[in-house]
Amino acid sequence: MVVSSEPARLLIVDDNKINRMILSRTLEQQNHIVETANDGKEGLEKIRTGSFDLVLLDIEMPEMNGFEVLEACLKDVELRQIPIIMTSAMDELDAVVKCVELGAEDYLTKPVNPILLRARVNASLEKKRLRDEQRKLFRTFATKEVAEELLRTGFSLGGKQVTGSVLFADIRSFTTIAESQDPAETIDLLNQYFSLMFDAITNNGGTVNQVIGDGLMAVFGAPIFFEDHAEKSVRAALQMLEQLKIFNQSLLAQGKNQIHIGIGIASGDMVAGYTGTQTRAIYTCIGDTVNLASRIEQYTKEALRPLLIDNYTKQGLSENFKVEELGKIMFKGKHNAIRIFAVSG
Amino acid sequence: MTIIDINTFNSLKESTDADFIKELIHTFLEDAPNQIEQMKNALDKKDAESFTRAAHTVKSNAATFGATELASLARELESLGRENNLEIGNKLQVMEEAFYQVKNQLEELK
Repeated sequence: MVVSSEPARLLIVDDNKINRMILSRTLEQQNHIVETANDGKEGLEKIRTGSFDLVLLDIEMPEMNGFEVLEACLKDVELRQIPIIMTSAMDELDAVVKCVELGAEDYLTKPVNPILLRARVNASLEKKRLRDEQRKLFRTFATKEVAEELLRTGFSLGGKQVTGSVLFADIRSFTTIAESQDPAETIDLLNQYFSLMFDAITNNGGTVNQVIGDGLMAVFGAPIFFEDHAEKSVRAALQMLEQLKIFNQSLLAQGKNQIHIGIGIASGDMVAGYTGTQTRAIYTCIGDTVNLASRIEQYTKEALRPLLIDNYTKQGLSENFKVEELGKIMFKGKHNAIRIFAVSG
Repeated sequence: MTIIDINTFNSLKESTDADFIKELIHTFLEDAPNQIEQMKNALDKKDAESFTRAAHTVKSNAATFGATELASLARELESLGRENNLEIGNKLQVMEEAFYQVKNQLEELK
């Protein structure tokens, strides 16, 4: 039985005309849209511009061989997402193994068996469809690199101990703002605000993992660890405040209420992972460090400073920041008073 | 070894339609002499890469049609070429003769 599938855009790269004819015909019978390239160089050009769902790639080819084309694709964050099925003669299995180890999706030996060809193509397309859906979800919240890493390492609901920095940001007296204008305007304002904040965070390697009302939570140094997570998180916070200043000028010019925010950052160990169920899960971090960041953010209201950080975050900063100690603060749920610092640039 | 393995040929035929198999055979019979020519020229110019590539194509296409003997002769030449060894004696002539036998059979089968 032939499993029917949604038509997809496929590219066949093969220097052998007979192979191109057979592969095209077999796949066109499945209603796929098929294009061909006669050598590796032409193939790579088409892969770059053609937005294909899947590529069938011969290994032995003039100009650029299949191995080189595969390597070029895997180096590119965009092209890496296109599944590549290697096609080769039985006696080239060594080369095929190398390709699969490198990251090729699958392989087929020539002469190809049409049933196997259809099955492998359909399975790869289905896997790609699922990955695309996940990617779309991830990309809303994280950088391209983090999204790719999450996809590569896969979904696992199990937690992991990580070290990083957590940032909480909240709009001051948002309820007042919301009450003074119509709902559509409020949502529009929030969306403009979040898009500026998300940019500042992802530009500095952070991942926004929760948005609740007018507040957001972001993580730096997880799921992909980087040494300077504290400094990057503070840079992101300063950029957020800078962006907000510009945004407020335009709000002022339109005669609208300005937005003021408080940002709290804490660094240290936390437990990271997906929480939820297999079908509805979000990547998040929990633990003392996360609670502390949230409490520090709350404390910005009392301290009347927009950006406060804990001692661990301060220790991760280079000399280039203006930091002022505000003393030890006793937070709810903590046994010891915590040294708090205000950052102003 | 048989000239054409009928099982391989039939499964190729069943996976497509009559017109298409004719087109495939036509393409093969038209192309293969060019590859044999390329191999001869490559021998003269001692161009092992070009020799290997043409042998590779003949091997691949012969295997597609079930031309087992032709495929294995071409495979041998391909691996000699890959080792940069163009001292092939009369092996290319043997392969060419095998091709003409395959050609006769395929013309009957199409």
